[in-house]
Amino acid sequence: MSAKVITVTSGKGGVGKTTITANLAIALALLGQRVVVIDADIGLRNLDVILGLENRIVYDLVDVVEGRCRLRQAMIKDKRVPELYLIPAAQTRDKTAVSPSDMVLICDQLREITDYVIIDSPAGIERGFRNAIAPADQVLIVTNPEIAAVRDADRIIGLLEADGKGPAKLIINRIKASMVSQGDMLSIDDILDVLAIDLIGVIPEDESILVASNRGSPVAMNGVNGTSASQAFRNIARRLLGDPVPFVELTPKSSLISRLKGWLANGQLKKERI
Amino acid sequence: MNWLKRFFRRLWGQESSRSVAKSRLKMILIHDRADIPPGLLEEIKDEIIALIATKLTIDAQNVVVNLSSTKKQCRLVAEIPLETGSQQRQPASQQLVLIDPAQG
Repeated sequence: MSAKVITVTSGKGGVGKTTITANLAIALALLGQRVVVIDADIGLRNLDVILGLENRIVYDLVDVVEGRCRLRQAMIKDKRVPELYLIPAAQTRDKTAVSPSDMVLICDQLREITDYVIIDSPAGIERGFRNAIAPADQVLIVTNPEIAAVRDADRIIGLLEADGKGPAKLIINRIKASMVSQGDMLSIDDILDVLAIDLIGVIPEDESILVASNRGSPVAMNGVNGTSASQAFRNIARRLLGDPVPFVELTPKSSLISRLKGWLANGQLKKERI
Repeated sequence: MNWLKRFFRRLWGQESSRSVAKSRLKMILIHDRADIPPGLLEEIKDEIIALIATKLTIDAQNVVVNLSSTKKQCRLVAEIPLETGSQQRQPASQQLVLIDPAQG
């Protein structure tokens, strides 16, 4: 048995990598997969907080690399879902404490005992990013519908291609269907048109995501009963499992009046998809 | 009342911020992918003007040198308007378009 290693990266910071990693891991675990998430952002650890596991950290990734503990000891079990473990980043070290070959070695050990390894990459294109993509079988690039984030995503696509790591898949985060329809936000198709890579998911802007992060209980915990955001994470998880989940139409809160406004403002009645 | 503002903008032919974003993004990515700093095009433009001007009379003020791209190809496009002086015969086309032969 061998796990699949998936790295979530973006180039630009603040687009939602960590939130998406946490939710994707939970969604996969709720679909019956054994999942290990690794926070590769050494020095700026956050995944533990988003998952609500910050009080349970004893050992971290650097402790494993430097031989102060066994791999199993650094794996914190999330008791809310069947099989989900977190390997946290070290908070007081920097990216050079881990090398790309360390990451490959750790992931090779994990491949034997789990179904999915998901790595939360730091922003940027330096050492931390190199560490995060070294063991990846599949890279997911997160972007927002804004120029700077899409530009950085394009740069990452180029770097991954040069590294023989393609083809990556795209997650578009924080889209607001109402702004798109009024002509004030790049649409999914605008972004796909310039980046020319495959889409694996779209997460709508949704306040419940922040509320859930506040509580340390990501929206994906709600499973099928959740909001459209938690449904979007579940859809991505199912697509990763090879299930060809169709992209659902994502409509702005649609009354006849609001659609008419959209049409007047922008000349089209276009729906977005999740 | 934003939608009303946008409706009138559309009526007066003003572009939406979405399409401005998309066209800016396209230009940025062309430069990023080809690793050509925008300032280099200005230099190339000046050199082209200097070269062509030795052979032809051109309208140097309105020379445009730009990158454009299709799906898989990036091209350098120069538009060089010719000065149509009174003594010169009117050419069939009043514009000389150069396309980078290596790419085009």
